[in-house]
Amino acid sequence: MQPLGLFALHHCNVFAPGRPQYPGGGPLSKYILTLYVTGTSPRTKIAIDNLNRICSQELEGRYELEIVDVLEDPQRAEDEKILATPTLIKQLPPPLRRVIGDLSDKDKVLLGLEVRPAPSLPKSAQSEAS
Amino acid sequence: MTKKENHPAVEKLRTGISSLDIIAKGGLPKNRTTLISGTAGSGKTVFAVHFLAAGIDQGEPGVFVTFEESAEDVRRNMRSFGWDLPAWEEQGKLTFVDASPDPHIDTVEAGGFDLGALLARVQNAVNKVKAKRVSVDSLGAVFSQFSDQTMVRGELFRIASGLKGMGVTAVLTAERTDDHGPIARFGVEEFIADNVIILRNALEDETRRRTIEILKFRGCDHQKGEFPFTIVPHGGVIVIPLSAMQLSMKSSNVRISSGNKDLDDMCGGGFFRDSVTLVSGATGTGKTLTVTQFLQGGAANGEKCLLLAFEESRDQLVRNATGWGFDFEKMERDGMLKVICDYPDLSGLEDWLVTIQRIINEFGPQRVALDSLSALENVGTLKAFREFVIGLTSFIKHKEITGMFTATTGSLMGGDSITESNISTLTDSIILLRYVEMFGEMKRGLTVLKMRGSAHDKAIREFTIGRGGMQMGRPFRNVTGIIGGAPMHVSPGDVERVWSQYDKAVDRRRPETISGS
Repeated sequence: MQPLGLFALHHCNVFAPGRPQYPGGGPLSKYILTLYVTGTSPRTKIAIDNLNRICSQELEGRYELEIVDVLEDPQRAEDEKILATPTLIKQLPPPLRRVIGDLSDKDKVLLGLEVRPAPSLPKSAQSEAS
Repeated sequence: MTKKENHPAVEKLRTGISSLDIIAKGGLPKNRTTLISGTAGSGKTVFAVHFLAAGIDQGEPGVFVTFEESAEDVRRNMRSFGWDLPAWEEQGKLTFVDASPDPHIDTVEAGGFDLGALLARVQNAVNKVKAKRVSVDSLGAVFSQFSDQTMVRGELFRIASGLKGMGVTAVLTAERTDDHGPIARFGVEEFIADNVIILRNALEDETRRRTIEILKFRGCDHQKGEFPFTIVPHGGVIVIPLSAMQLSMKSSNVRISSGNKDLDDMCGGGFFRDSVTLVSGATGTGKTLTVTQFLQGGAANGEKCLLLAFEESRDQLVRNATGWGFDFEKMERDGMLKVICDYPDLSGLEDWLVTIQRIINEFGPQRVALDSLSALENVGTLKAFREFVIGLTSFIKHKEITGMFTATTGSLMGGDSITESNISTLTDSIILLRYVEMFGEMKRGLTVLKMRGSAHDKAIREFTIGRGGMQMGRPFRNVTGIIGGAPMHVSPGDVERVWSQYDKAVDRRRPETISGS
């Protein structure tokens, strides 16, 4: 598996400036996310797939995701005081939140990121991850 | 032992921590992990930082991985030990991996994870400063940061083996709930590391006593059992290796004056240079005088003297000495004498030992007097007291210093003291001072009970105290039972009769009073 190829997919900065901004970090404000992973382990792949799915379902068009491999950039992990991988950090909107794990529990991910779940979404869609 | 013919023995890394290397027979096993387990307040963090500080002194950079206190707290707390962590960080000799929990960040667990980032950070830190030593403080705190204990266990194993792969010698600390219970709280810590050292801070008789025990060293040798240690400002962990000290004792044949000509004669020509003399007697029998003479004799001979006084204030000592015709103040001005007066309860016995050793190293005396040991008896347990005396005795012998300790007997007439019965075997000479009641008058008697390696006067002599110190008189020929505390006057006729039955002078001690010396 080519790590660069894998990660490059997620460097798409999807942001629509024309959308209305809600005060105090409303449901449509922009999410800045960083996912820290260790190399190209199976767990890394699961986490990326899960995050990808959650973002496209819940945050379509209003998130920026960066993926950091701690083996390649350990200083980033040091600066952010990351212990566990995978760790997902939500920089914006405030407050700063962290979710650790392979993100297979979608409810917890949304809870951790403080994303208000869309009421129309069927519950069965939440855990398709293996 | 797992030693094989074609495999070299496990190499040891000299830690540089005072005397730890002695009980560890050379140091910690190199390129391996050692668990330091202890209850709260047993000194684990200080040990972990000292391990790195001592390494930096030897030119071995270190990495401190902290799971409990923040790096900032560690930097601040260690300042009092004289370790300037920020300076070492600037010089690239030390780096932190701060893995302490941040209370401001909420973390949610959503699925399986590992501690890959931590391992990567440790590896990064080791590479950055080219570390030879790593301290991890503490393993238990990792468990409390995550809910999945099984994962943490597995990851700690991975990190421990990762550390070995990095070519560093690592110290990992772990909490235990009880000084004599399971090795560590989570029951797995001891399996993560190759070696186990236990720090104890046990409460015995209302005093705290720190001990260090090497429980296991995989594949190499170490000393067994608990050794007292202490933690001092500007020093850190100081282990007191009792057995090692005894081995290094020397023995000298050079005689020095006790400061009193008559007493020298009774001792067969004076004390031996690296001997320790115990002066035992009831209050007011002349112990402090004996000490004062001893110091005066040293100063007169051009020897530097140290007096550790735990019973009397400095002014009292000076005044008494002046009364006997000795000028302590002049001796001090000349730099021949140093008087340390302090309350014995001010610190524990291990701390006293370390303090006294430091003073001796700084001042460099040829004579040391301690007045009195009995004042230190109650500072710690009997065991700690014995260790203190052993430690001090061996230290001053090692330095070829002549020592004099005093002990106060509980009862006015005769009897022995706890001090005496516990340490008499450790001292080379014993001088007994006793009251002798004769016809309504209290007289003072002195006898040299024991003088290792020398003939000595066996008589109990009367002495008087006046200007110029002790004036030795005649032996109490017609009194018996002095040492036992029940002096009886014997008529001269009886004395003649008894003495005529023995050709030589017999030792008139009552055997049940003094034994084992």
